[in-house]
Amino acid sequence: MKTRRDIFQAIADPTRRAILSLVALHAMTPGAIADSFDSSRQTISKHIQILTECQLLQQEQSGREIFYHFNAKKMKEVADFIEPFRTLWDDRFNKLESIMKKYKPKK
Amino acid sequence: MERKTKIDAEDGKQEITITREFDLPVELLFSAYVEPDIIEQWMGTKVLKLENKRHGSYQFETTDPKGNKHRFHGTIHDVNTNQKIIRTFEMENTPFDVQLEFLEFEKLTGDTSRLVMHVVYRSVEMRDQILKLPFAQGINMAHNRLQDVVNKSR
Repeated sequence: MKTRRDIFQAIADPTRRAILSLVALHAMTPGAIADSFDSSRQTISKHIQILTECQLLQQEQSGREIFYHFNAKKMKEVADFIEPFRTLWDDRFNKLESIMKKYKPKK
Repeated sequence: MERKTKIDAEDGKQEITITREFDLPVELLFSAYVEPDIIEQWMGTKVLKLENKRHGSYQFETTDPKGNKHRFHGTIHDVNTNQKIIRTFEMENTPFDVQLEFLEFEKLTGDTSRLVMHVVYRSVEMRDQILKLPFAQGINMAHNRLQDVVNKSR
């Protein structure tokens, strides 16, 4: 059984994507993240929780504060998910092109 | 010049667009879609049936490295020589529903052309599942390039 949240669902939400792009610039406390949005702290906190569960955000304790870091490695994994599909078609089309370059139309 | 295949898959939509430019006259590009012996070469499939006409149909068969045969088929809705093919595509014996494909062949110059494949799936979920198929298969393949990327990030 899959209990962990789907990472693709996580990045499908515009607010969560906005949080990621903020935190990608520099690590932030949950309060600072929430201050950047009009939504309630509770709502933003829920978004942060989802992103953390998917490992797109990582927590780090610094003194009394918790900072959230952006996990670029995890993001790269997601960004690449469509790449094998693209490569599959690219390989096929490359083959098509090289075959047709040698092809002499039947007259 | 290397020409790249581009995939547009917007979040939350049940469609994708595959675009590719070729160093081929549009007539040759189109031939690659209608001549069975050529389809067999570049698609790596056996063409069991191909009727390139309105209300026609096709059936292809591929054999995987383990020797298992996979068939897929569809109905040709419309064909316009050197311009377009509208057809359905369905993998047999899989949970995936039929998809609708609009193939547009475009002349760019005398020796170059472009293919735009607009594919519509039954649902957003089905589209995402199909897009992830090669990703999932890639992870299972030891020598896949993706495997290295995933491993390095762990």
